[in-house]
Amino acid sequence: MNAQLQPTGSAYFIAKETEKPENHTLSVLVDNEPGVLARVIGLFSGRGYNIESLTVSETEHEKHLSRITIVTRGTPHVLEQIKHQLERIVPVHRVVDLTVRSHELGQERPLERELALVKVAGTGEARVEALRLADAFRASVIDANTEHFIFEITGKGSKLDQFIAIMKPLGLVEICRTGVAAMNRGPQGM
Amino acid sequence: MSSGQNERREMTGAEMVVQALKDNGVKHVFGYPGGAVLPIYDEIFQQDEVEHILVRHEQGAGHAAEGYARSTGKAGVMLVTSGPGATNAVTPLQDALMDSIPLVCLTGQVPTSLIGSDAFQECDTIGITRPCTKHNWLVKDVNELAAIIHEAFHVATTGRPGPVVVDIPKDVQFAKGIYVPPQTAPRTSYRPKVQGDLEKIKAAVELMANAKRPILYTGGGVINSGPEASHLLRELVDLTGFPITSTLMGLGAYPASGKNWMGMLGMHGTYEANMAMHDCDVMVCIGARFDDRITGRLTAFSPNSKKIHIDIDPSSINKNVHTDVPIIGDVGRVLEDLVRLWRATAKADKKALHPWWEQIAKWRARDSLAYKMNHEVIMPQYAVQRLYALTKDMDTYITTEVGQHQMWAAQHYHFEKPNRWMTSGGLGTMGYGLPAALGVQIAHPDALVIDIAGDASVQMTMQEMSAAVQHEAPIKIFILNNQYMGMVRQWQQLLHGNRLSHSYTEAMPDFVKLAEAYGGHGIRCEKPDELDDAIKEMISVKKPVIFDCRVATLANCFPMIPSGKAHNEMLLPDEATDEAVANAIDAKGRELV
Repeated sequence: MNAQLQPTGSAYFIAKETEKPENHTLSVLVDNEPGVLARVIGLFSGRGYNIESLTVSETEHEKHLSRITIVTRGTPHVLEQIKHQLERIVPVHRVVDLTVRSHELGQERPLERELALVKVAGTGEARVEALRLADAFRASVIDANTEHFIFEITGKGSKLDQFIAIMKPLGLVEICRTGVAAMNRGPQGM
Repeated sequence: MSSGQNERREMTGAEMVVQALKDNGVKHVFGYPGGAVLPIYDEIFQQDEVEHILVRHEQGAGHAAEGYARSTGKAGVMLVTSGPGATNAVTPLQDALMDSIPLVCLTGQVPTSLIGSDAFQECDTIGITRPCTKHNWLVKDVNELAAIIHEAFHVATTGRPGPVVVDIPKDVQFAKGIYVPPQTAPRTSYRPKVQGDLEKIKAAVELMANAKRPILYTGGGVINSGPEASHLLRELVDLTGFPITSTLMGLGAYPASGKNWMGMLGMHGTYEANMAMHDCDVMVCIGARFDDRITGRLTAFSPNSKKIHIDIDPSSINKNVHTDVPIIGDVGRVLEDLVRLWRATAKADKKALHPWWEQIAKWRARDSLAYKMNHEVIMPQYAVQRLYALTKDMDTYITTEVGQHQMWAAQHYHFEKPNRWMTSGGLGTMGYGLPAALGVQIAHPDALVIDIAGDASVQMTMQEMSAAVQHEAPIKIFILNNQYMGMVRQWQQLLHGNRLSHSYTEAMPDFVKLAEAYGGHGIRCEKPDELDDAIKEMISVKKPVIFDCRVATLANCFPMIPSGKAHNEMLLPDEATDEAVANAIDAKGRELV
């Protein structure tokens, strides 16, 4: 065998991705049993998928069903894979790509809402300004003393982003966000 | 079957385990005892319906259960203790996941009150095995144990088969509860689709009927679907007159002696199979998954064909390759409809396929599996050919390890029936073949079970020779001994300037003495003209045999699709000069990871 200079290569064939990534919101209906969230999250990390936002809670107590809302980012091909891979998980009942569904319904996107708790501390003019802006954003005060407010704000993610950005110079202390809850418009269920 | 099958009875968790195994038709369990499964072992001791096969390492139990499953079509069962017992089971679990083998793994766990306390031999079995199982369960209540085991068997064996784990804490094994027999109503979230969409099948028939250059590309799914699927596949080939190739996992579904057979496809497949894949106009993929060892460079994969894909797993559709007609369902059920519709509507115009068959005949004439015969040293291909010639008329099962010998076995041993070929395809687990052979032999005590092995692989699970001797399983370990990790060396020659980093085994055991040390029989053969007699001796010995077949040390496995190349850019054996091998991967390969 000739011991000559050779290019490095690989046992794998990797094609360049040509499709553009998109953000999609998925609704996943699962049996509420131990480990089910770990199965879903493990699938995303194990297969290299993205999680932009994740929200989970039991929604139908009698049937032990939980609804997981995942905002993910990927090419259309990867998004289709994510849906099928999720459907393979034994305790998963249904997976609906709300973004695709909204397009089928002739809408731009599904209804998506998020809740945030925003703590702002300060006195004087900044404090007054914070309260005034909160009012403009329809954020409500759920806790306060003379030196701080905690605002509760609900809306699209972009609205929350904007509110938080405005609060930054006014004494923003901490933020807690729930992640996206979503469903499609119209009378039909998922 | 026990008389109490349909009664709800009170019993301990350990009793329930054994009862559930019986009720699910289990005859053999492969396992290794330990602290956290002692109550179950105590129950096994007190009955004789379920036979326990003691292995020497939990990995061996897993591969043995896989071999058992693959050769029978039933679930393989393994029983191991907590902690290291469970972690040692991980390799066979992942192996079974990738090759879709129904494997039920029961693990002991520390008592529920100690879970999370870093107790002796504790590990997070459920967490560790979650990504390498189809599903897994931690049983916290003895009253759920029976139903969970029944569900585990159901999940493992239905849909796309796969491995499952049931983790049973020791206190649950001791606790008393109510046993329930297997239920007919499984959970609502798990309902694999088995019946294919008839409209899609019609579309497939139409595409196939108008094809000028069709090909059937089949895989392990045909074998998993059961003997009826293999039968229907043969019928389909007869009806259509299409050429057929198969993946490594699908060998035997269509007989190698069939006239439409083109041999295996893929990285080390035949020239005719790969060229036909590249040039076809209609590809019918049946129970295969467009694995990267099959497709070669994706951007150049069969560029001008319409693709029909039959698979029970929707996530296999469009995963690697775009499909024009996807049919989700069990291969057997879909083939039933496909064959029926073909008979009713399509008339095979076999004449129209003549030019295509002429082209295939030209590719075949390249004789891509040829090698240079040597009268001084045994060529590995020759060894497999002689093994085939001398065993083909017997009731034979073949397992393999992973590497060059595996590819030579796939190329030169020819299979007529399904379930006769056990190999680690997806995961590529060195050390699979010896314990798998043990499992096959337990399922088929009178059959001739041969592990075609490599000298490196076989040492990874050699300890199971001891299990084979104990259980009087006369498996034959046929080692193609070239003193190298041959496939590693071949890649080093291709990719790394022939720098053979740690691929030569400088200290090799004396395999003959090793066989004798275990209580088996050892044979060594170094000359081609002595090979036949030595193989006959191996067959005639009624106990485990290690056959040290000394083969040409530097032989490489061809034909081959080098990295980054397409099906029509194969490296053929007569072209594989040293220079060609060294230059097989061009500058483009550099861009690859």
